[in-house]
Amino acid sequence: MNDKIISLISGVIFGIGLVISGMTNPEKVLGFLSITHNWDASLIFVMGGAILAFAPFFFLLKNKEVSALGAKIELPEKQNIDNKLLIGSALFGVGWGLVGLCPGPAIAALATFDPIVIVFLVSMAAGVLAKKNIIK
Amino acid sequence: MHNFTPVSALIGGVIIGLSVVLYFYTTGRLAGISGIFENAISNTSLRLSNTLFLIGLVIGPLLIYNIILPNNPIAFEITNSYLLIIPGGFLVGFGTRLGGGCTSGHGICGIGRLSVNSMIATALFVATGIITVFVLQQLGVYL
Repeated sequence: MNDKIISLISGVIFGIGLVISGMTNPEKVLGFLSITHNWDASLIFVMGGAILAFAPFFFLLKNKEVSALGAKIELPEKQNIDNKLLIGSALFGVGWGLVGLCPGPAIAALATFDPIVIVFLVSMAAGVLAKKNIIK
Repeated sequence: MHNFTPVSALIGGVIIGLSVVLYFYTTGRLAGISGIFENAISNTSLRLSNTLFLIGLVIGPLLIYNIILPNNPIAFEITNSYLLIIPGGFLVGFGTRLGGGCTSGHGICGIGRLSVNSMIATALFVATGIITVFVLQQLGVYL
């Protein structure tokens, strides 16, 4: 039960941060990716602020056995840099540049009630499920 | 294109970071949105709690724009046609799951943990994003 309430609250806070940062606006994100024309560096400050807030806590907490709610601490296993990481990330970047939306802002942008967001999210779900079914 | 807004970007970024801290401290999991999205649309034990996270992601902006700033609509400008939205969405879904993360999972959580893999992933998706925008600009798609 607690896990579910905390997930909801974390999502609310994450969504507030996204909308304040301006990243729910695709044009703003494309402005960051447009380095040769009217470059908008704001996204660096969003990522930088989030990393600065998270990193110290992470190193304080990462060696604990269990979380505050008694759950197992789950960290990604160390993996080699493989083709999946490289090809997947490269493809993600192409999609990101085509639209200006990545998963978090795309979901938060449902709050605009713009139907184009639903089209994007259905296409994104299709991509997720395609990967899940094609590649182990 | 838009003006540089470092202050609101930094404040928003810190709030996102604090959400990631709260989520990690309490649940022991990293808040990577593409993974949360995959769990929410798959049959996993985390389906309900991850769906609630995504619902929160929508409630947050609604709270800000209905209660705190009731007269300002959420800025959302998109000039693309469906010809770009549909393949774009598909590539974001496919690519993030193949690469194991998105802007939050690799970009924030991964770099925050000093993961070399995540630093490489982030550099790559920013690079291909920049190339994609550049090519579209040359083709006259974006101004």
